[in-house]
Amino acid sequence: MKRSVFLVLIIFSLCTYCKAQNAAIIKWNTLENLLHQKTDTTYVINFWATWCKPCVAELPFFIEQEKQLSNKPFKFYFISLDFKKDFTTRLIPFLEKHNINSAVYLLDEPDYNGWIDKVDNRWQGAIPATVIYNASANKRDFYEKEFTLEELIQTLKTYIQ
Amino acid sequence: MKNLMRTGAALIVILFMFSFKLINPGSYVPGDRARDFKLKNVNGKMVSLADFKDAKGFIVVFTCNHCPFSQAYEQRLIDLDKKYAAQGYPVIAINPNDKNVAPDDSYENMVSNAKEKGFTFPYLYDESQEIAQAYGAARTPHVFVLQKSAKDNIVKYVGAIDDNADEAGAVTKRYVEDAVNQLLDGKSIAVPSTKAVGCSIKWKKA
Repeated sequence: MKRSVFLVLIIFSLCTYCKAQNAAIIKWNTLENLLHQKTDTTYVINFWATWCKPCVAELPFFIEQEKQLSNKPFKFYFISLDFKKDFTTRLIPFLEKHNINSAVYLLDEPDYNGWIDKVDNRWQGAIPATVIYNASANKRDFYEKEFTLEELIQTLKTYIQ
Repeated sequence: MKNLMRTGAALIVILFMFSFKLINPGSYVPGDRARDFKLKNVNGKMVSLADFKDAKGFIVVFTCNHCPFSQAYEQRLIDLDKKYAAQGYPVIAINPNDKNVAPDDSYENMVSNAKEKGFTFPYLYDESQEIAQAYGAARTPHVFVLQKSAKDNIVKYVGAIDDNADEAGAVTKRYVEDAVNQLLDGKSIAVPSTKAVGCSIKWKKA
């Protein structure tokens, strides 16, 4: 009995550790829901990948703003377009190395043509790309570009009521 | 007379806007005329579409060295060229990236990459980025299938190579192959444009 309690404790502590990163693999349906939440929260959905230099350059700005706005109705999602086979070998180590605990989802939908237009029909497919929207403010923006810190702050400001 | 001057002034303003790229004409779409170019190949020679007297058309692909999506498609580009160059549709690869932004994509690195991977097709350096601008290439890889007409090259397909960058073995839709096959059979293109995720083109920083 004592031994099994001990084991359970070990498993729990291991899991706390492995949950340090909030990363998961998702399919289109999940992403579609994230893109259309009818609340008064502002959702910031950033498309990136570990190998994409401009994405990795702007990522700290987003994570910093996520912290800055944590007391306001903002929710950030980071959609990784890394290949699925690189989830444990590249994505997780990257998140650990940079101590990123934000909501990171690897989108496992290789037929890009099937969903790019559904994210935004202006999107040509290049990353980084970012969707920012607030359903109750009836406001939605799409950016196929790399943000500077200043540009990001100014853009998010327009969503602070 | 006054009206004429006004129209003239408006025209000049519009021309100026075009010349300074204030108006972005956007990406080529199927049906557009594709402009020719003269770009330096990895063997040091200049290459134009007009050089290919016997071609029926071209598989023009904007690609580069550093981008993982481009890398994932290198072998598939070689396979496409092997299959279609003999049928009149050679692959013409163009690297549009600025070497200051992406040092891996310098001309020297193109030469070594082409050699290492055994590229069978021209791999051209669009150093001024003028051709990528004109075609409206947005990412690497980005394909434009052209068909030669009496005077011009007409865009017939724009988009992705196929529907799975990660695993060549899991591909179910071969967009470029299908388009070229349909052109060879004299049919209309069933899927004339697609989108794909890719690396942004590394434009020169102003």
